[in-house]
Amino acid sequence: MVGVVTETRLDRDDAPRLTGPGIRQSMSGLHTWAGLLLGWVLYAMFLTGTVSYFKDELSQWTRPELPHQVAVPDRAAVAQRVADELTRTVPGSPQWSMRLPDARNNSVYAFWRAAPQAAGRRGFGEGRFDPATGRQVAARDTLGGDFFYRFHFQFHYMSVFWGRLLAGAAAMFMLVAILSGVITHKKIFVDFFTFRWGKGQRSWLDAHNALSVFGLPFHLMITYTGLVTLMAMYVPWGEQAAIKTPAERQELSAQLSAFIQPGKPSGEAAPLASVADMVRQAQQRWGRDNVAQVTVTHAGDAAARVAVARGEAGRVSMSPQYMEFEGATGRLVDAHEGVGAAAETRGVLYALHLGRFGDIVTRWLYFLVSGAGTAMVGTGLVLWTVKRRRHLADPDRPHFGFYIVERLNIAAIAGLSVAMTVFLWANRLLPLGLAGRADWEIHAFFAAWGLTLLHAVLRPARKAWVEQLWAACALLALLPVVSAVTTQRPLWQSLYAGDWVFAGIELMLWALAALHAVLAIRTARHRPAMRSARRPVRDPARRAALGEAGA
Amino acid sequence: MVGGYAVAALGSVAVLALPMAKPQAVIAGMLASFAIYAGAVIWVFAVRSATRAWAGLAVAAAPLLLAAWSVW
Repeated sequence: MVGVVTETRLDRDDAPRLTGPGIRQSMSGLHTWAGLLLGWVLYAMFLTGTVSYFKDELSQWTRPELPHQVAVPDRAAVAQRVADELTRTVPGSPQWSMRLPDARNNSVYAFWRAAPQAAGRRGFGEGRFDPATGRQVAARDTLGGDFFYRFHFQFHYMSVFWGRLLAGAAAMFMLVAILSGVITHKKIFVDFFTFRWGKGQRSWLDAHNALSVFGLPFHLMITYTGLVTLMAMYVPWGEQAAIKTPAERQELSAQLSAFIQPGKPSGEAAPLASVADMVRQAQQRWGRDNVAQVTVTHAGDAAARVAVARGEAGRVSMSPQYMEFEGATGRLVDAHEGVGAAAETRGVLYALHLGRFGDIVTRWLYFLVSGAGTAMVGTGLVLWTVKRRRHLADPDRPHFGFYIVERLNIAAIAGLSVAMTVFLWANRLLPLGLAGRADWEIHAFFAAWGLTLLHAVLRPARKAWVEQLWAACALLALLPVVSAVTTQRPLWQSLYAGDWVFAGIELMLWALAALHAVLAIRTARHRPAMRSARRPVRDPARRAALGEAGA
Repeated sequence: MVGGYAVAALGSVAVLALPMAKPQAVIAGMLASFAIYAGAVIWVFAVRSATRAWAGLAVAAAPLLLAAWSVW
């Protein structure tokens, strides 16, 4: 309980400091409405994106059948094994590509285009392969960390195209919200060092400001670079105007991606030369641990090509660098070791967004600042209701618009924590033989999210906040227990074996459970501010998210 | 919103008129377009009337349109 007695005076003159009309006034309007309209979408994008910095670890955790990787196996040998397997299992595929194992991945992810004659099937296939045997792994069917990752930029239950378009629109709003937010807060740096605890709306505003300014360079960077990752889709006009021939398209594509495009097959069969040798050549050039990807087109055909791509270690860039070989002879055709200035800029921006270049410390920093970004969006959303609640004629019967925003806030913020945890529960509890198991995990996520919305509508606002936060807390806290019961890898064994992927995630679940407990307790204890002695003003919002709500 | 996107799209095409290699120009245009868009939105909300907003966008679009025209 923090003092709210002095609220009365402060409340009167604490309208945001936007005196007089002018640019800051109009920017304030823009900021509020741009922020609110896509705020819920942005919150979900921010939170799932934050979690995605540990996507590979989550993917390992969701496949407990794959043993803990003590040392990264010899990549050249692994590449050969998986290449043999793919040549055998997807003959006639015009292109397949594999990501080699590394310190964060204990399996080989591969995807392939289906052979043209296999019409009627979908055009692509994907799978995970065991580095030791080259066979598809017998792990449970799950999307793992990739679900959060993909949801982050293309959502679900809608076509990839529309999902990405929505994500792009949200990101563009975010960019506008950040810029207009900076203009709105003229005294932004003074505000950063001012924090008024327990002052209702003032505190929410201060929290929103502090979280925003603290991570401002990051938020701006992550929004802009997010747009850059999908820019070819959002602004295709230059490409359409300038790129007319397949050769030009090839030239552009080589600036952007190490996926070599399949040309025409010769029709003449020729076995693939040693992929292991090609990977070794690349390792000699870039270092043993810095070969990331192998792409092969028309394997088994005389016109086969192989591209071995460099990893991101030691360079903050996603720009493609790869050695291109003739598949049938193993002869080095070309080494692409640099791209043009604009393409390199794009590569750096892209890499900054993904943060894959970083070591574990960098990754944690990304996670924390991104968590602050999530909290920035969350506090902004709550601020909207806190600010307007004071002006309601009858706070107990708010008008419909307010009601909608308030309830959506609850489901979008507290409900998402519940839903994401339910996804991980489903990963542990759904029967292994269930048909479409990976899809059912996702259905469980959305069903849980839908239920939180229903709950938010049915319950009084503050009770709904508290109950959902407690629900998230309980689900998070019990998950390591569920995992211990349902898998062969309980927490104590992980700790004993030094498996920090499993132990780290489960300890983190407890830390997040504690965070939700703190939020729940503070929300429950919070007494509504009094506007005057006679008229109580309810302030149901959680004040506690002030520090960290990056859960 | 539409106006801003139009200006941004024009910008991304206009870059092609710069003396750069084609793929580089295409990529540079895409990279810059988001900044142009954000600038346009800020402008529209900063000025007093819709007429001024459109006028500003038109002024910005004119040279871009000329440049884009030359390469389309």
